[in-house]
Amino acid sequence: MSKANPVRTTVYYSTPTESHPVLQSGKTIKSVSYQISTNCSRLQNKVSGKFKRGAQFLTELAPLCKIYCSDGEEYTVSSCVRGRLMEVNENILHEPSILQEKPSTEGYIAVVLPKFEESKSITEGLLTQQQYEEVLVKRIHAATATSRASRGITTTTAPTPPQPARSVC
Amino acid sequence: MFPLTEENKHVAQLLLSTGTCPRCIFRFCGVDFHAPYKLPYKELLNELQKFLEIEKDELVLEVPNPPPKKIRLQELEDGIDGIDNLSQNGEGRVSVIEDGSIASKSSNLNVCNVCLGILQEFCEKEFIKKVCQKVEASGFEFTNLVFSVSFPPQLSVREHAAWLLVKQEMGKQSLSLGRNDIVQLKEAYKWITHPLFSEELGVPIDGKSLFEVSVVFAHPETVEDCHFLRAICPDCFKPAKNKQSVFTRMAVMKALTKIKEEDFRKQFPCPPNSPKAVCTVLEIECAHGAVFVAGRYNKYSRNLPQTPWIIDGERKLESSVEELISDHLLAVFKAESFNFSSSGREDVDVRTLGNGRPFAIELVNPHRVHFTSQEIKELQQKINNSSNKIQVRDLQLVTREAIGHMKEGEEEKTKSYSALIWTNKVIQKKDIEFLNDIKDLKIDQKTPLRVLHRRPLAVRTRIIHSMETRYVDEHHFHLYLKTQAGTYIKEFVHGDFGRTKPNIGSLMNVTADILELDVESVDVDWPPALDD
Repeated sequence: MSKANPVRTTVYYSTPTESHPVLQSGKTIKSVSYQISTNCSRLQNKVSGKFKRGAQFLTELAPLCKIYCSDGEEYTVSSCVRGRLMEVNENILHEPSILQEKPSTEGYIAVVLPKFEESKSITEGLLTQQQYEEVLVKRIHAATATSRASRGITTTTAPTPPQPARSVC
Repeated sequence: MFPLTEENKHVAQLLLSTGTCPRCIFRFCGVDFHAPYKLPYKELLNELQKFLEIEKDELVLEVPNPPPKKIRLQELEDGIDGIDNLSQNGEGRVSVIEDGSIASKSSNLNVCNVCLGILQEFCEKEFIKKVCQKVEASGFEFTNLVFSVSFPPQLSVREHAAWLLVKQEMGKQSLSLGRNDIVQLKEAYKWITHPLFSEELGVPIDGKSLFEVSVVFAHPETVEDCHFLRAICPDCFKPAKNKQSVFTRMAVMKALTKIKEEDFRKQFPCPPNSPKAVCTVLEIECAHGAVFVAGRYNKYSRNLPQTPWIIDGERKLESSVEELISDHLLAVFKAESFNFSSSGREDVDVRTLGNGRPFAIELVNPHRVHFTSQEIKELQQKINNSSNKIQVRDLQLVTREAIGHMKEGEEEKTKSYSALIWTNKVIQKKDIEFLNDIKDLKIDQKTPLRVLHRRPLAVRTRIIHSMETRYVDEHHFHLYLKTQAGTYIKEFVHGDFGRTKPNIGSLMNVTADILELDVESVDVDWPPALDD
């Protein structure tokens, strides 16, 4: 008989959340770089065809980009999601401020396509807005007890309006 | 009138004595008019014997393997001695009817060594009647038919062997019959059977008919007859993916053109030996070529997919546009299955208004194909009465070629839409007026995230030909757009994280989102509009 609709897999886009130091007031981003090591630039990522061959594979800790602030601080944003890198947002190279001004929309960093089998478990591992805020509250309490090294906190947001889920790693 | 002449005598004699049936003998003597082949088998045999002046006191007997022997009737009538002679030699049987007349076994000639029975019992009325019974039982409606028949590949080998034999014999007489003067088995078969089919079913045979009756013959006993060809010509028989046996008719015929006469004769008997049994009928099938129904559909539901939405065997949304239309057609045309295609498509939550979207449905193997335009109108009415989620217009039968017009529409023609837009910032009437003046706006759209999992990542340039706005309130307005085919409207409104540029949000310097979308028109002139 007739063909059924293809099965949906979710596509994730990465963007820093409001708790990230980069998004704290007062910080100015000098530049963003996708050169994460001597041999690897996320800009070199090229996918082709329906099956997106050639994509760089990302693990949770794989670095996506480096953010250089005017005060000398440097942050590395990690993927937080396992999957294949579809694209990085080149607009933040020319206009780094959109990272801070429109982090949930035009200021995204990357689009990651997880393996079909893993998409369900990844989505379940993400946090709702409410859960995210609870985690932050706990962190703030912990931070007041010990001093913390400023390590980049990155979040991953699934593009399902109106309740984006977040993971914190 | 008997078609053979004096100069055919030697060849005919040779072939008959080696176990070839009368009709095949005609073929190898170049008899190329239909009438002789249509005569009844028994009559042909008698005429042939008369022609060859086989003496009444001689009998031509056929035994399965050793070449036939002529036995003097006199010996038989001598009684026991004769019979003892017979049994001592262990040769064939003669049935002698009490009144002394000869019932020659040859009236039930054993299976022809060339056609394996195809031009014997399988072209006669009784068999054709059997086939026609099956055709009538199949329930197809037809006004003509095309008959296709498939013979086992080893027939080509036997034909080749018989030809070599005949060629040799003619060489002795320096006769000039060439390979092309030999009548093909399939041709003779059709000469005989076509009129029989027409008579039995009451319809003409037409090579262009969409209704096909196909008969497939096989001969398991001699399946290995072809195998020797593989050793001589191995690259004719490379295994192909979907074929069960590598010895197809085409491959065998190809090998026969390549093999040298001496090599062939070494491996295959000339004349071919007589088989024990006739061919078997592997299948008798009927099928009707696909018919096409086209129309335009409107979609009034915001909860209906175009094709069934099934994930992991579970249906996510009830029904679909294609099922609501096709299920009725499938039933009325009594078709096996269908293929639905349309000039583009819309999302589940998008309505299709205006003249509707052109579609075409291919009905596979329909059993009923003749409908008056009145009947089609009634069918359209039936579809429209059965659901308020979709409506159909201009329903009509079309040809396969016409489908091209529809697909042309998908890529080349413009479409119009209306959208209800929300803005985060407060807007006034004057804030949207400038959109009315924008003509032929070029936009670049990266593959939207919502389809990225099943489409290649690419940037598509599209044109927004014109826009018209209608203010609703401080956060809403209606937008009417006319765009190039293939434009993602939703992404043009909300910008898809900046991956569609420019977009309504960037043009207005707001955050915009789309609440509702309707297709207002699909600007394709096909199928032709019908007056209702």
